[in-house]
Amino acid sequence: MAKGIWVFAEQLGGQIKKVSFELLSEGRKAADTLGEELCAVLVGKDVAGLAASLGEYGADKVYVVDNAALENYSTDGYTNVIADLIKQYEPSALLLGCTVTGRDLAAQVAQRMQTGLMTDCIGMEVADGQLVFTRPIYAGKVIVKACVPDARPAMATIRPNTFPVASNAKAAEVVTVDANVGEVRQVVKEVIRVASERPELTEADIIVSGGRGMKGPENFKILEELADVVGAAVGASRAAVDAGWIAQSFQVGQTGKTVSPVLYVACGISGAIQHLAGMSSAKCIVAVNKDEEANIFKVADYGVVGDLFDVVPILKEEVKKVIA
Amino acid sequence: MKILVCLKQTFDTEAKIVLDGNGKIDRKGVSMIVNPYDEFAVEEALKIVEKDGGQVTVISVGEQQAQDALRQALAMGADDAVLVDAGDKELDEYSTATILAKAISGMEYDLVLGGFRAIDDGSAQVAGRVAEILNIPVVNVVTKLEVAGGKAVATREIEGGNEVLEVSLPAVITAQKGLNEPRYPSMKGIMKAKKKPLAKKTLADVGLDDSQIAPKVKAISFSLPEARQAGKVIPGEAAEAAAELAKLLREEAKVI
Ligand SMILES: Cc1cc2nc3c(=O)[nH]c(=O)nc-3n(C[C@H](O)[C@H](O)[C@H](O)COP(=O)(O)OP(=O)(O)OC[C@H]3O[C@@H](n4cnc5c(N)ncnc54)[C@H](O)[C@@H]3O)c2cc1C
Ligand SMILES: Nc1ncnc2c1ncn2[C@@H]1O[C@H](COP(=O)(O)O)[C@@H](O)[C@H]1O
Repeated sequence: MAKGIWVFAEQLGGQIKKVSFELLSEGRKAADTLGEELCAVLVGKDVAGLAASLGEYGADKVYVVDNAALENYSTDGYTNVIADLIKQYEPSALLLGCTVTGRDLAAQVAQRMQTGLMTDCIGMEVADGQLVFTRPIYAGKVIVKACVPDARPAMATIRPNTFPVASNAKAAEVVTVDANVGEVRQVVKEVIRVASERPELTEADIIVSGGRGMKGPENFKILEELADVVGAAVGASRAAVDAGWIAQSFQVGQTGKTVSPVLYVACGISGAIQHLAGMSSAKCIVAVNKDEEANIFKVADYGVVGDLFDVVPILKEEVKKVIA
Repeated sequence: MKILVCLKQTFDTEAKIVLDGNGKIDRKGVSMIVNPYDEFAVEEALKIVEKDGGQVTVISVGEQQAQDALRQALAMGADDAVLVDAGDKELDEYSTATILAKAISGMEYDLVLGGFRAIDDGSAQVAGRVAEILNIPVVNVVTKLEVAGGKAVATREIEGGNEVLEVSLPAVITAQKGLNEPRYPSMKGIMKAKKKPLAKKTLADVGLDDSQIAPKVKAISFSLPEARQAGKVIPGEAAEAAAELAKLLREEAKVI
């Protein structure tokens, strides 16, 4: 019998992603309701030491595949290993964070296992003995609830910041597994990491974003300064990206990143439907815009009608004061 | 060089979506476009054959209406098109990928291009699944591509940067924004496209029956999200409003 709700414990450079803890926290509840065990799958090089931290968020068991060939993520290597584990242990579900890696890996594993995958989900519940996932489609204009009734494992990727992290300490059993990395057909020629002190956009709790109203690349400094006061990431509208003021990887929206932060501060962004598609699941939205008619005010929890060049620098100082 | 481009016709992003009497998405009267990421894929294919010679075939799984999307790609410069019409059956990504891969496996190809995601109900998995079925490597979210000597060198977005990967052809490559600027079809292109071959196939033509494409995912319900409510506009001059905002974020919303 297929058993166990699995969470892919994504790690980068020896650090487990927060989203993995989020999935374990929520997965714990689902596992209890279904009477299944909750397992984390930890893959990488010299990662065994991270296993204990997964128990803290509710994992009963941690499968560890520690192999020098898995130091960096590769589509083939990770797919081979995860598929191998699934064949050995036959879990009933596999959850991954909807991150660059989670998304890439999930599609390959799902096809290899001939199963269904729901991506970019924003909710999970148990109904009729099944995991049911909620996902926004059509740029967030429709919400669909779906499940994988028969195939196993049922797979889903879930947006970071969807579930709160809840500690639930278990002395997780660590199972070291030898899985076959196999042939990796994607040969790495070069890795270019842009050093940044700021959190990754899709995982950040707070995002400060700028649009065409920023007027030029140099002005993004104002946003960065505000961002750094609260440990936020910086984002942008497509207009700002297309103008060449900021790199594509910062774009939020339908053709950019989908984000679910606790707080999203939109500065000089009009709030086009395609932009909202990427950020309307933020818990709190703030808009700073000089046009009181701007669409962004229709979705903002707090709005300031004014010139961002006046408001944002003062906001930075005021935020510093209130969090001090 | 034979390049296949997987192209999906999607709802226009501006389209208003309503549910029909059965609580399903009503497709009637919604204007349709080529999935923007697939336009990048078409453009890239055209650029490669313009440089090195070859042929570009666009392929879509969709109903008859999807011909419009294929014609647009032909107008951009693709040589021919294939539409596999599975009728109005419910398909999921597994089904679509199964159909695409089966159709592709009966064709000659050196490279398969697609978008990394369809903007409608897309989920960034169909192209990857196709690669898996065809047992060829995939590189996703590519912003730069060079093809030479039976290999592709692709730059893909990763967290906090980029990586450059090399794969042997044939391979599946999925396009991310930034790969190129898709051209607009010229008047001449549009005229020519009308005469270019567009093969229409059924499931049986590609050698599949319904049982082989039964979806793995089952949609339980569709709903329209509650619109977000507009909140407060904070009055006052910049200094006053900013101070009030900081206070509200701390004390009321508790988000900082
Ligand atoms: C298929 C498709 C996909 C798309 N995908 C995306 C996407 O992923 N992300 C995205 O963002 N867009 C996307 N777009 C584009 C989208 O439609 C809008 O064009 C874009 O979001 C506009 O960006 P903006 O709000 O920065 O610019 P504008 O709409 O020009 O708005 C600028 C705003 O700044 C305000 N402003 C100007 N100066 C100041 C100042 N000094 N102080 C305060 N406010 C000021 C103005 O009042 C205005 O509201 C897409 C479009 C299409 C067709
Ligand atoms: N029905 C389809 N016909 C042809 N190609 C498709 C279809 N659906 C998806 N694709 C391809 O797969 C990519 C990813 O789609 P998706 O997994 O639906 O987000 C798209 O950008 C297309 O290149």
